[in-house]
Amino acid sequence: MRNITFAFLLLLPVMAIAVEPDEMLQDPALEQRAREISKELRCVVCQNQNIDSSNAGVARDLRILVRERLVAGDSDKEVIAYIHARYGDYVLMRPPLNRATLALWLAPFVLALVSLLVGWTVISKSRRKAAISGFSVDEEAEIARFVETNTPKGGS
Amino acid sequence: MGRLLAFVPLAVAAILGGFFLWGLNPDRDPNNIPSVLISQPAPEFDLAAVDGLETPGLSRADLVGNPGPVIVNVFASWCVPCRAEHGVLTQMVEKDGLTLFGINYKDKPEDATKWLAELGNPYERIGSDLSGREGIEWGLSGVPETFIVGSDGTVLFRYVGPVVGDAAISTFTEALVQAGALIRGQNG
Amino acid sequence: MTPEIGHFALALALALALVQSVLPIIGAGRGNILWMQSARWSSFGQFFFVGIAFLALMQAFITSDFTVKNVVENSNSLKPLLFKVAGTWGSHEGSLLLWTLILTVFGAAVALFGSNIPLSLKARTLSVQAWISVGFLTFMLLTSNPFDRVFPPPGDGQDLNPLLQDVGLAMHPPLLYFGYVGFSIVFSFAVAALIEGRVDAAWARWVRPWTLAAWMSLTAGIALGSWWAYYELGWGGWWFWDPVENVSFMPWLMGTALLHSAIVTEKRDAFKSWTILLAILTFSLSLLGTFIVRSGLLTSVHAFAVDPERGLYILGLLAVSIGGSLALFAWRAPTMEPGGLFKPISREAGLLVNNLLLATATGIVLFGTLYPLFYEAATGGEKLSVGPPFFNASFIPVMLPLVFAMGMGPYLSWKRADLAGVLQRLRFVAVLAVLATLVIWYLAEGGPVLGYLSLMLAFWLFFATLREWAMRIKLFEVPFPESLRRAHNLPRSSHGMTLAHAGLAMAMFGFIGSTVWKSEEIVFVRPGTEINIAGFDVTFEGAERARGPNYFADRGKLRVDRGGMYVTDLFPERRTYPVAQTTTTESAIRSTLAGDLYASIANPAAEDERTQGSWTLRILYEPLVNFIWIGSAMLVLGGSLSLSDRRLRIGAPSRKATTLVALSAE
Repeated sequence: MRNITFAFLLLLPVMAIAVEPDEMLQDPALEQRAREISKELRCVVCQNQNIDSSNAGVARDLRILVRERLVAGDSDKEVIAYIHARYGDYVLMRPPLNRATLALWLAPFVLALVSLLVGWTVISKSRRKAAISGFSVDEEAEIARFVETNTPKGGS
Repeated sequence: MGRLLAFVPLAVAAILGGFFLWGLNPDRDPNNIPSVLISQPAPEFDLAAVDGLETPGLSRADLVGNPGPVIVNVFASWCVPCRAEHGVLTQMVEKDGLTLFGINYKDKPEDATKWLAELGNPYERIGSDLSGREGIEWGLSGVPETFIVGSDGTVLFRYVGPVVGDAAISTFTEALVQAGALIRGQNG
Repeated sequence: MTPEIGHFALALALALALVQSVLPIIGAGRGNILWMQSARWSSFGQFFFVGIAFLALMQAFITSDFTVKNVVENSNSLKPLLFKVAGTWGSHEGSLLLWTLILTVFGAAVALFGSNIPLSLKARTLSVQAWISVGFLTFMLLTSNPFDRVFPPPGDGQDLNPLLQDVGLAMHPPLLYFGYVGFSIVFSFAVAALIEGRVDAAWARWVRPWTLAAWMSLTAGIALGSWWAYYELGWGGWWFWDPVENVSFMPWLMGTALLHSAIVTEKRDAFKSWTILLAILTFSLSLLGTFIVRSGLLTSVHAFAVDPERGLYILGLLAVSIGGSLALFAWRAPTMEPGGLFKPISREAGLLVNNLLLATATGIVLFGTLYPLFYEAATGGEKLSVGPPFFNASFIPVMLPLVFAMGMGPYLSWKRADLAGVLQRLRFVAVLAVLATLVIWYLAEGGPVLGYLSLMLAFWLFFATLREWAMRIKLFEVPFPESLRRAHNLPRSSHGMTLAHAGLAMAMFGFIGSTVWKSEEIVFVRPGTEINIAGFDVTFEGAERARGPNYFADRGKLRVDRGGMYVTDLFPERRTYPVAQTTTTESAIRSTLAGDLYASIANPAAEDERTQGSWTLRILYEPLVNFIWIGSAMLVLGGSLSLSDRRLRIGAPSRKATTLVALSAE
């Protein structure tokens, strides 16, 4: 029976510095691109980290590969595509936009739209109801309460 | 309308529940990432032989035109499970007459040579991948990983981890049968 | 012997829970006072017995009783006492026991303190709470018994994971669970109300303190977890959108919506169905979290045992509790009286927007977290992953309008608000926010547009909140002592709101600062190497060997200067624990309000002549990061202020007070 500590043990070798100075490129602009791209790629060994933070051997190899491709002149998209071709969808932190992932990328919009609709419905329903009577339902209630509290008790 | 709307949360929960039930299938391994190479031609590569070994190197050309499917095993001397797996692979070569190729991953040639001298060398060919770049071409996440490659050079199957233990061996054997490398009933 | 007592106590608790599941609720239906009152005693009894079980397990850990399997797997005789104690809840079984304990704590608390709640409602609530207890107790007794023995007992325990031997991490589960499980009582209240068939303002008033308590605890638990990750993991991150982080975040989002929705139900007798639904959903998300973490459904660094059998049991629990409560909701909610009316510009409308945005955000996080599962099912085995890019891209655009609304909300009066007046009062705030942002933009020399937009909204929220408070106490409009008097007379819950909203703004400053303006240097260093970062001059003076109680370390010494003046020394360490055979990185952090200087060292990965004798040094500068923790503390403090408001405890106020409260623009 494994438990939480086992999962952490797997993670431990990883909890250290990841990108090494000897991997880093001389050109700061290229290096910056490399770091950004690395953050978009998931480490296939320590699966909840990107290759920028992971200490796994494969992560290091991939970081070096990313930089090689950048030096060779690939665009950001091409570099990611190169690694995507070898490891599949899973390695992308940002899911690709295709038919199967359309639901995912549309979901925020759909949810927002639904919220908007619900909000609109509730507010207009409230407005409609208020327009029907001179006083609204709880204005009536308030009046009733006010009268009751301020009527002297036990007297006329 | 309000009546219907009130059922929406329940409906959503039920749908999610269905997915969860599916997800709990004990055969499912949430950590396993499928290989992109399955049903694809093996990557183009040409690896030199391991320094100090007589076994020739491995290239893509060696994977094409074989009489039957071959096994490509990625291993290293520093990999402890590879040791355990070695015996199983040797069995497959000697008893079942399977062809075994190897990729020696990030291993110093002296270490690999010593390791094979100690345990025996069932590999017909071994390519030396010192940098690990070739491993990336095969979508490697660690060692050992073992592939079954068809006679036309198409990757048919990938096994992650050591082929050790009844479950692993039977899975791998089944894959070999599917690939046509073994006849059903032969002992793995 | 003690473990057996613990085990037996659990069985007794289950027996009591079974009785409590049946007697009070039937008693409520029949008007049988005795049966309804029995809930009080069975609640106390449950708490007593589960408490005994918990103490029994703790004792096994303290005495390192290696005949108990749970202790063998989660402890070691070399562990310091504090962490032995924390081992009690560090495993699947132990944390379940903690879950159940807190469940009974809340049940007993309602039994003890809920004197102003009508007996029938209280009885039904405690019955529902008992249903949940039965679920968890049977789960433990049947599949996850913490008191399983092992024979022959090994010489020592297996776990000495140094990473888990940390005070912050030890306290993280109890706080988190107090939050998660605290929402159970609100859930029980909601289900009881649905069974009774009515929700009124009084119900909302009883619900509010419990919601607050749970929410506060969850906020603290999440913040503590983030803080631990920040200082322990070595690269200065505090949120990773990991599935298990997400499942703790979702109840928090829903719980926040619940808190605000309950206010509307209390003050205006509106949003009743909303509040009930939110109460059910918040706890459902807590249960969902429990399920995901323990079932092996998704990969996560955090997950407990990958055990589909246990997963199936919890799924069954979920089906009954969530399915049952949502079915009850679908059946009963439409029959509830609709509540008060309000105009489109009003506090109700503002809180409606608040609810909807929080629900949308929760939906997005839920969908993103579960999508890999859907995808795998739909494509028959293909895997994909949803990482921070998705969550950041979809979550932030929903939260930003919410922050805007938060600034404006307190200015809106109930039922109908004077839009022109509100806008006029806010004009000053808007101008201030824009100016402040421009100043930062000038000083920081640019940056991403989204960062500055977020910053402007954070300023907006901060200034709007302060100004609203200032307006209420007529600061600078009347003599200062008069303002003080006004402040003193303000109900505590309004101070709570001000503090909490301002706290969120502060936390936002921290989120933005540490993300947008973070700087980093990674270099190979030898003694004497100097690095410049964020205006600091850091000199690596060398590394020496050091020793701890159970580890060896290489301790680097970094001298930090700024502008020629000495600032501090930093001592990052690389520790090796021989018994556990692991190494950890202990970062050295210099914290100020302006930001953290954060250093860690490691041996170079590639060992060749080039790197011989040198170390890899990583230094980060994270501006404003401490505002995150300060803001979180303000959120918790704000919640506790509100909780301490006497009106919540006294119960149903008198008639006169009700009218007064209804009339004032509170």
